[in-house]
Amino acid sequence: MLNYDIVVIGGGPAGLAAAIEAKKSGIDSILVIDRDRELGGILQQCIHNGFGLHEFKEELTGPEYAERFIEQLKELDIECKLDTMVIDITQDRLIHAINTEDGYMTIQAKAIVLAMGCRERTRGAIAIPGSRPAGIFTAGTAQRYINMEGYMVGKKVFILGSGDIGLIMARRLILEGAEVSAVAEVMPYSGGLTRNIVQCLEDFNIPLLLSHTIVDIKGKDKIEGVVLSKVDSHRKPIAGTEKYFECDTLLLSVGLIPENELSKSAGIEMDPATNGPIVNESMETTVEGIFACGNVVHVHDLVDYVSQESRRAGSNAAKYVKDMLIRNGSTLQARPGDGVGYIVPQIIRTDNLEKNLDLFMRVKNVYSHGKLVIRVDGVPVREIKKKHMAPGEMERIKLDLELLKDKNDSILSVEVEKEVV
Amino acid sequence: MYDIVIIGAGIIGTFIARELSRYKLNIALIDKENDVANGTTKANSAIVHAGFDAKPGSKMARFNVEGNAMFDKICNDLDVEFNRIGSLVIGFSEEEMKELQKLYQRGLENHVPDMEIIDKKRVKELEPNISDNVVGALYAATGGIVGPWEMAIALAENAIENGVELLLNHEVKDIQKTQKGYELLTSEGPMQAKCIINCAGVYADHINNMIAKPTFKINPRRGQYFVLDRDARNIVNTVVFQCPTKLGKGILVTPTVHGNILVGPDAEDLDDRENLSTTADRLEYIKEIAKLTMEKIPYHMTITTFAGLRAEPSTGDFIIEESKDAKGFINVAGIKSPGLTSSPAIAQYVVGLVGKILGNLEEKAEFNPTRRKLIRFDQLSQEEKEETIKRDSRFGRIICRCEHITEGEIVDIIKRKAGATTVDGVKRRARPGTGRCQGGFCGPRVVEILARELGKDMAEILKDGRNSNVLTEKTHKGSDGSDVKEWAAVSIEK
Repeated sequence: MLNYDIVVIGGGPAGLAAAIEAKKSGIDSILVIDRDRELGGILQQCIHNGFGLHEFKEELTGPEYAERFIEQLKELDIECKLDTMVIDITQDRLIHAINTEDGYMTIQAKAIVLAMGCRERTRGAIAIPGSRPAGIFTAGTAQRYINMEGYMVGKKVFILGSGDIGLIMARRLILEGAEVSAVAEVMPYSGGLTRNIVQCLEDFNIPLLLSHTIVDIKGKDKIEGVVLSKVDSHRKPIAGTEKYFECDTLLLSVGLIPENELSKSAGIEMDPATNGPIVNESMETTVEGIFACGNVVHVHDLVDYVSQESRRAGSNAAKYVKDMLIRNGSTLQARPGDGVGYIVPQIIRTDNLEKNLDLFMRVKNVYSHGKLVIRVDGVPVREIKKKHMAPGEMERIKLDLELLKDKNDSILSVEVEKEVV
Repeated sequence: MYDIVIIGAGIIGTFIARELSRYKLNIALIDKENDVANGTTKANSAIVHAGFDAKPGSKMARFNVEGNAMFDKICNDLDVEFNRIGSLVIGFSEEEMKELQKLYQRGLENHVPDMEIIDKKRVKELEPNISDNVVGALYAATGGIVGPWEMAIALAENAIENGVELLLNHEVKDIQKTQKGYELLTSEGPMQAKCIINCAGVYADHINNMIAKPTFKINPRRGQYFVLDRDARNIVNTVVFQCPTKLGKGILVTPTVHGNILVGPDAEDLDDRENLSTTADRLEYIKEIAKLTMEKIPYHMTITTFAGLRAEPSTGDFIIEESKDAKGFINVAGIKSPGLTSSPAIAQYVVGLVGKILGNLEEKAEFNPTRRKLIRFDQLSQEEKEETIKRDSRFGRIICRCEHITEGEIVDIIKRKAGATTVDGVKRRARPGTGRCQGGFCGPRVVEILARELGKDMAEILKDGRNSNVLTEKTHKGSDGSDVKEWAAVSIEK
């Protein structure tokens, strides 16, 4: 059996930031485990720019962004096991993992940081009818084939779903010489960042067809085309609006789901709204000593925010090892109010906060000139005016600790209010 | 000249091939597809039926009950997953209970063992999630679930090890009578055989009509299914049928041997023998009907949907006989449900027919009924996992995260007889890509391993069928580097 103070599961942006921060917080015995052949996670296949605007005040590509963290990890002499898969973790923080060199390992950790990221929703998950030919990919898988393996997935592409990866891939495919006929989105608004709509679709004249979905897939061995249909306000296809698009490739960018198989095996309580573990202000899950950060907790739109959140997980895991986290004391529960899909963290123990509380959330709809109203036990404590809010863009609120002082067993809620003009 | 050419490498063709490989015969098993089990065998309910459905005296009734009893041994010999979990046919009214009583009586006539009519309380004990509207059920302890394509693949592998030649991508275009038997004109050239066994599934009538008078017609009947995530596995413990209708055994809810849940199929007669499309209206219909069985089926845990075609015979019963027009030409046609269950018994019966045609068959002393066991890494104990990785480090690398399938398992199923050559072929044999990510993560790794093990370029790797290439070509900046220089030169000029 191996022993470490902190084991970080996942060597993507979240795991790297958490490990680095834990080391800087004075913990020497740290192990990072990653199932892939190299560190960096999905960033390694994101060769487009736009990463690091908040973290480094410059535009980096995914591999460049990852590299900065990987370099730090090396400088800090943090141990890693790559090509290693964690197959189980227990409530008492025993990790079972395998790889080709060490074989079967059991690793006892004083604290664990979960940073396994997320996966893409598939065709099956949304039950798109039709035949099942080759040429249907999730956008991320296509991205891996093109950017890492050096292979094209097709020449005439249709994209379903306007998630950021799909938008990025629309541009990427055009730059590789393919044709992208359209991006269809079942919702009346895009699920991606506005900047990606502009830079990846509008700049390349790719139409974005809102309130549309695919109702049939044609082709036996290889996909030949898709039938697109308009949908009504209940997202049901409207008969008679069908339109055929010829294509040899269909990319799906229909949502991301945190990967929490291991969290569940450890008995961690999950939030159905995020599909991630319930966490507190220290990014600790409902199982003591197991922390979580990044997309395994909730799907972020900017890696910069992942890094920030993960640093918090890393430093708090270090505090936990040093027995410096305050377990009891005043506690608030965060609850999404009207118009808000979820809030992270879900539990706030105010005694562990230093100055501010960072709340992350997503709104459920598109709002212009609305405001976010924060209440504690129903009493408004703060309002933040927002010119534009959309589900595709995560909202982040910094709350002054003063506002939460002396509140115990309280409910903190955030809701969207449309400003009365 | 082959003694026997078997047309169609589905569950029936592979079973017959394997049973005939016990004897000193020169056998070819041919299929138009690029893998075995690529027709009906890969898309059905995967149920081993007890045998109370079929009309007493029919071939279906006889072979179902005989076949069911043979599953334990054959699955043990060939290391195929099989689970006798029992089956329920549930009734929602007194009228339906009368129907169940009829089924029970029919079961007795068919010699089905271990059946009983149970009341609502017992049903709820067995299946707590079943609709409160249930009145009672027919319980059959011998009902079970199996991996149908795994079974056909195992049979093909075992048959090859016992001397059968497997020829894939061989589509039969015509059959001619010769002095000594038959000549088959295939897409890969002619073949001679003394005896032909037609196991061509939904195309069995076409094959028959090449050499004999049309005496039956095969109607493709499509059925669609939902497959739910393994997280849903506890919703049902047995195979749960609704009271049967004219079109079939109705919608069922059942676990699979891999721990998923299957909901379906509907029944829809088509003209097209290749149409495996799912349709929104039919999937909705299945949900509607399945709701009667169980109010809360977690469809949000759907990982995929699929459709399969059954070979519905115009005769209403299995057609298993030597053609009256063509001596030595045996039809094994119209093998719809309970075809999978009947397959071991059908194969034995066909061996008898072959014996009559070719004279006494001589057994081979060296026949080996077993095949080398698969390593199912996920099912091993910790100690066994340790040992396995020590023996072969490739078992220490997990390729499929969802199902925990290792590189060792994938290489093994590529290297075996009747081994995988396609991404779906790998999936059917070892399950990477059957999990909740549906190959999103492991797909590229599987393509890479296939290319490496088969000595091919990644762009040559197929998803499933013959023209189903996963990738098209290298990117401009891809791999060999020559394009990169050119591209760099262009940029400098600018």
